[in-house]
Amino acid sequence: MSLKFINFTPVLGHSIFINHYMTKVIKLRKGLDVNLKGRATRELGQVGCPGEYALVPDDFAGMKPKVVVKEGDQVLVGDALFVDKLHPEVKFTSPVSGVVSLVERGDRRKLLSVRVKPDGEQKAREFGVTEDVKALLLESGLFGFFRSRPYDVVANPEDKPKAVFVSAFNSMPLSQDFEYVLEGQEKEFQAGISALAKLAKVHLGVSSKQTAKALLEAKDCEVTVFDGPAPAGNVGVQINHISPINKGEVVWTLGAEEVIFVGRLLLTGKLDLTRTVALAGSEVVAPKYYKMLVGQKLTTLVEGKLVKADHHQRIIDGNVMTGLKTTAEGFLGAHHTEVNVIPEGDDNAEMLGWIMPRLNEFSTSRSYCSWLFGRKKEYTLDARIKGGERHIIMSGEYDRVFPMDIFAGYLVKAIITGDIDRQEALGIYEVAPEDFAIAEFVDSSKLELQRIVREGLDILRKENA
Amino acid sequence: MNALRNYLDKIKPNFEEGGKLHAFHSLFDGLETFAFVPRTTSRVGSVNIHDAIDSKRIMSFVVIALMPALFFGMYNVGYQNALAAGQLEQATFWGMFFYGFLAVLPKIIVSYVVGLGIEFVVAQWKKEEIQEGFLVSGILIPMIVPVTTPLWMLAIAVAFSVILAKEIFGGTGMNIFNPALITRAFLFFSYPSAMTGDSTVWVSQQSILGLGFTAPEAYTAATPLGQAAAEGFNGFDCGTIENAITGLIPGAIGETSVIAIALGAILLLWTGVASWKTMCSVFVGGGLMGWLMQALELSDIEWWHHFVLGGFAFGAVFMATDPVTSARTECGKYVYGLLIGVVAVMVRVLNPGYPEGMMLAILLMNLFAPLIDYCVVDRNISMRAKRANNK
Repeated sequence: MSLKFINFTPVLGHSIFINHYMTKVIKLRKGLDVNLKGRATRELGQVGCPGEYALVPDDFAGMKPKVVVKEGDQVLVGDALFVDKLHPEVKFTSPVSGVVSLVERGDRRKLLSVRVKPDGEQKAREFGVTEDVKALLLESGLFGFFRSRPYDVVANPEDKPKAVFVSAFNSMPLSQDFEYVLEGQEKEFQAGISALAKLAKVHLGVSSKQTAKALLEAKDCEVTVFDGPAPAGNVGVQINHISPINKGEVVWTLGAEEVIFVGRLLLTGKLDLTRTVALAGSEVVAPKYYKMLVGQKLTTLVEGKLVKADHHQRIIDGNVMTGLKTTAEGFLGAHHTEVNVIPEGDDNAEMLGWIMPRLNEFSTSRSYCSWLFGRKKEYTLDARIKGGERHIIMSGEYDRVFPMDIFAGYLVKAIITGDIDRQEALGIYEVAPEDFAIAEFVDSSKLELQRIVREGLDILRKENA
Repeated sequence: MNALRNYLDKIKPNFEEGGKLHAFHSLFDGLETFAFVPRTTSRVGSVNIHDAIDSKRIMSFVVIALMPALFFGMYNVGYQNALAAGQLEQATFWGMFFYGFLAVLPKIIVSYVVGLGIEFVVAQWKKEEIQEGFLVSGILIPMIVPVTTPLWMLAIAVAFSVILAKEIFGGTGMNIFNPALITRAFLFFSYPSAMTGDSTVWVSQQSILGLGFTAPEAYTAATPLGQAAAEGFNGFDCGTIENAITGLIPGAIGETSVIAIALGAILLLWTGVASWKTMCSVFVGGGLMGWLMQALELSDIEWWHHFVLGGFAFGAVFMATDPVTSARTECGKYVYGLLIGVVAVMVRVLNPGYPEGMMLAILLMNLFAPLIDYCVVDRNISMRAKRANNK
């Protein structure tokens, strides 16, 4: 790709070019790519049909669920299972047709999941094709997939967003390759983007490594190319460089594959929540892609596909950096585009870690040897924290991998101390927990940054309500 | 290895809540995490994999970086002793080194026992893990005091600084002042005669366990910096500069050899444990001020002589770069380092009362580091506020 230098803006920490598609290229320097073993190859595997599906309310952050079905009810694809108590028009709908088999509740009757036993026929509700895109999205349950910033929660249909942001790539290790997913679904993707354009201006963030015409020449949206290490693929990073959020403003974000969901709905009038999920990680025998529905049980996906080992394995619903630890009995999370499997590591007795060379470990610190092996070496990392939790000691660790014009360390401190005015001043409205994933990875003080930020955002949202 | 792991697993329940040795759980945790990498895995909702770096590794590398200066310091203690006794010809390399080793070791032990003891108690009380910060402070403290400092003074000073400069702020990572420098400042102001006195404090003059020599009469040896200050930085004997670079001059145990300190600096910068921004700006600031003082004819010595005399290099490499007490923003580090260099040389040249300005300069800038950061962060805040108003 030939790049023409037009502008250099050191203040924002990025430089801007124009490529031959006449789209803006933003080069990011901060960040970190961790080369993990077990990346999915561009191949499609077969996965059996499991006996159960589940929609989990916790996957939709910031929403209070109200169940609208009873156990034993018949549901079609697209029938609501639960709705948002505060905005009942935001529905969360069944990915399969069948019988509601369980409404699972936990402590204090908290709704954990609504499970559906499939009838194997996938009878879908007809939504018809209307001009009112928002009404259609709300009715079909796709609106629930929109997230809004500030707070990184389910979008509020009453908000007037200044833009909708879609990132067409995930830069995290072991993540789904969206270009592969897009193959054969270009029409649906474009239809989805065009539909979003009726809600607000659409910004599409594309990686400099992507070449698909459907992305670079997408219509009804402004395409921006990002060139840089993870987390360049995070939509929050892209928002920060394209059109940062000020206090009082709202933007919506939607996953790239979810844009295809919207496109399918508009083209066929039916809901189809089929994802192309990457099963990847060092514990997977042949990492590749599988077609799965949102909420599909993971048993059939992982069974027989993992390395036979006498150590413990960790199945992660989602990405290794941001996903949730789960089991083979778990379900594919609503927003998750991959399932990663890594060693748990809790049976690993490693001696004198503070001084040994530890050649197999990855570190950004030159007190280890990873710098010697270059970027080609693939690492097998387990889930150990590899140190004790401390106060923040080293300075600038977060900022090195945080490609936004935000002082990440100071923002984290403001969240820990509960200083809301300072959080606002330091830019908390622009961030989501996932933006801190790489910082959490490199943190020598081993603080749980994503959890801290999530809790901070929840408290702030309550205060501002 | 596995036997040790199994043994630790077997005795671990005794140290947990309700176990009969629960009162020592922080000691057990400390030793277990020292022997093995902790096996705790990340919880649901946080990142699943982690970088192998942790604060133990970082602190260990600082301690390793201090080793050349420490070993040279031991040798120099023996060398100065032989020089004082006029027996330099009879002294052997290993004789001098072991003499110095015996002279310094009790200080290291006292420093660690007192400091770590307090840390263990506090960790136990706060139900936290032992923090590694004192691993570095504990070795720094013996290296920045005169070799003749009585052990009881050292013990009081260490206790004072660990409790009042560190633990009351919340432990490693929360302190405002560098604990090692607070120890030295405490000694300096409480027992001035033992810290500078009549220039007999810098050289150990008694033989220890048959090693070394007893000086025939009280031997006075001012540090070259002290001499320079006393003589108003005029007529300074530049012949000692070569010795000041190799380190064969009287002075605090670890601070004398610029070469040994440079070895440590290379390790710290290469591993990224210390910030090159802070370290370099200290030298730039000191050089500028030294040059200015020379240009104004307030001092006769060359601008770069300040780097090799007294504790300037040691302070710049090991004290100013302490990540906790230095400026935390990248721009702030330049300002912070620069001002340390400037103030240190200013105190040296302009204040006849204190021949050495490094300690005071770093402590003063420790105090100002949050203000420097405040200004840097405030620029980001006002940029964001302006953006919101301009929309």
